[in-house]
Amino acid sequence: MVAEKLHERLMSFRHGVHPEEYKALSDHRPIERMPFVQEYTLPLSQHLGAPSRLLVRKGEEVRRGQVIAAPDGFLSVALHSPVDGKVVYIGPVDHPNGQMLPGVKIKTDPFSPQLIEKPTMLPFSQLSMEDFLKGVQQAGMVGLGGAAFPAHVKFSIPKDKPCRVLMLNGSECEPFLTCDHRLMLEYADDLLDGIAILQHFLKAERVVIGIEANKPDAIAVLRTRASKQDFPLEVLPLEVKYPQGAEKMMISALLGVEVPSGKLPIDIGALVANVGTIAALSHYFREGRPLIERVVTVTGTAVRRPSNLLIPIGTPMREAVDFCGGLTHGAVRILLGGPMMGISQKTLDVPVVKGTSGILLLTAEEVQDLQTFNCIRCGHCLDACPIFLNPARMGALVRKGLWEELAAMQVMDCFECGSCAFVCPSGIPLVQSFKVGKSVLREQKARDAAAGLAGGVKKNV
Amino acid sequence: MWEVVFSLLPVVGAAYYYFGLSALLLSFACIAGAWLAERLFDPRRFLALKDGSALITGLLLALCLPPGFPLWMAFLGGVVSIGLGKSIWGGLGQNIFNPALVGRAFLQAAFPTAITTWENPDGRYLAVRGTNLAPPFLSGDPVDAVATATPLARLKFDGLQTGLWDMLIGRTGGSLGETCALLLILAGGYLVVRRIINWRIPVSILIFVAAPTAILYYIDPQRYPSPAFMILGGGLLLGAVYMATDYVSSPLTNKGLWIYGAGIGIIIVLIRVWGGLPEGVMYAILLMNAATPLINRYTRNRVYGH
Repeated sequence: MVAEKLHERLMSFRHGVHPEEYKALSDHRPIERMPFVQEYTLPLSQHLGAPSRLLVRKGEEVRRGQVIAAPDGFLSVALHSPVDGKVVYIGPVDHPNGQMLPGVKIKTDPFSPQLIEKPTMLPFSQLSMEDFLKGVQQAGMVGLGGAAFPAHVKFSIPKDKPCRVLMLNGSECEPFLTCDHRLMLEYADDLLDGIAILQHFLKAERVVIGIEANKPDAIAVLRTRASKQDFPLEVLPLEVKYPQGAEKMMISALLGVEVPSGKLPIDIGALVANVGTIAALSHYFREGRPLIERVVTVTGTAVRRPSNLLIPIGTPMREAVDFCGGLTHGAVRILLGGPMMGISQKTLDVPVVKGTSGILLLTAEEVQDLQTFNCIRCGHCLDACPIFLNPARMGALVRKGLWEELAAMQVMDCFECGSCAFVCPSGIPLVQSFKVGKSVLREQKARDAAAGLAGGVKKNV
Repeated sequence: MWEVVFSLLPVVGAAYYYFGLSALLLSFACIAGAWLAERLFDPRRFLALKDGSALITGLLLALCLPPGFPLWMAFLGGVVSIGLGKSIWGGLGQNIFNPALVGRAFLQAAFPTAITTWENPDGRYLAVRGTNLAPPFLSGDPVDAVATATPLARLKFDGLQTGLWDMLIGRTGGSLGETCALLLILAGGYLVVRRIINWRIPVSILIFVAAPTAILYYIDPQRYPSPAFMILGGGLLLGAVYMATDYVSSPLTNKGLWIYGAGIGIIIVLIRVWGGLPEGVMYAILLMNAATPLINRYTRNRVYGH
């Protein structure tokens, strides 16, 4: 890996932590297309919002790229089959979030092709904004950075709040993950095409790609191509710090302003999108290929051949790991996502979904089951929190169940990046406590709202 | 925790250089007392956690004591430091006051004469003072000791100045750890660079000692000491770098730390200039420790987006 240091000023946000990068395991491995497997499992809920509404029946034959579930309302997207095949099962399937949720299983036709017939569609430049957004929704597009937020909702900017700055998130701050890095190197043309398509509709004054400085090759490649675009495109290097890739931190670093609490980036004229999401726009509007596959990094010290794979959505994790040589003997932890915010899995028999950016297999050396001691009030968590919260005090409040005071300390602004738990010398599970605290507060709020709607006496919770 | 111990080793070394074997014996006695208390009062945690906090508490207590201090009193001080300064509050992370200073406050109240008997360094490396070896409740043989006063006491009670260079390198009377200002400044710098202590504490203490002192010195240089004298003299540097920076007893928020340091600095100046005692660092820190929960409650950082 070319490792020349960038000799220019790196932009950044305040606070944050510096976990070890572990990118060398996979950042030199070009993206490999994973061959089709025998069966694909597709949960209907792979995005934030309402699960998709199933359109196919058991036994029905489907084509690669065919819609199998329609969006259910505005905050929902379509779901497509990644292969030619037959629907063999409709019912609860394993979901990476730990639950069993409604989904379908598709048995692959052995002669399933890779290419999709391009459907008849208007060139994007002839579409109205409404039709563009509908197309994005019908293409099943979600944010590929991990949150899986419906892309058309994010791109639906209100008339009175134009997008002034469009930011592309190429920071990839999570350790181990290199899928965005490889995408920027190998799919640079698709990415720039996707930016051009989105820019046609948003007409932002500034377009900026933010990339962490540990990817100098990607910065160089995009800078060369950027100069050939017919709209001004800046490629700005960011300090390597977690959680640089968070939307609010990207805006702080690149624009030097903060998103007001409770508001969206578009309220200050900004829009942040993951580079993978935007490259997918190009795939759909040029080739008619909806979101049926994505780049995933399979990595860690417990897998034989760490790789960056182009995986069809719905591939069982086990197959992806086997394709990379399988587990080594010392594997103790499976994470879907990165080590900071990824979800621990108890089995390999869950499918890759739209929000899966990485499959992390770790040995006992990287995994420490920490013993928890008392809080020594050292304040390292306050120095780490990128939202400037007080995790030490909030952790004590969760322990005591003082939910009102917890809410007053703005715990709902916490986006669970894990920086606090990462630096705590006493091994206190801070971010885990805040997840609990936030869900208690959400529950209380829902109960209050229900009590209010029913017109009855509001209960004190 | 261990890095803090390593940063203290040069200071202990200087204590040995200036005050001889007494320094090491006192350190050992305090650490033994602290260790025993920890073992007695919190055996479960003691077995699970070897974070050296008893070691640090004992060592810091020893560095606050005069070289001729009887060893049995030092041992008792160590027991009280952990017992009344930490265990009784609930153990790790629960104490309001700095444990080493609780021990010293106890010793000052219980044995006021012994703890204010100072000596000049006399270059005897193997010196063990008679008073060190005094059996409990008997005064030891003080023949080989020449009682003297610390620079602060000399100024307050005798109106005599002490050379700043001597104060910088430690060739004055004082407690074991407070004399060599130079090493303490270096240790403080090391700990700040290693991000072990929050720089706001020592910096705010120094600012709020230097500024009022400078004003007084400007008004009447004959009566009041210079800021340099105030900073180099007494236990200020030891307190600012090691005592006030204790995580558990200091505020959490950065804003709170400035208030905390300011309070300590101002109280030190008040006690030293107008109070009855020549030295006020210990009481200043203990008083601001008491204010810390209040400071924590009323200083909130601004949250992102608000």
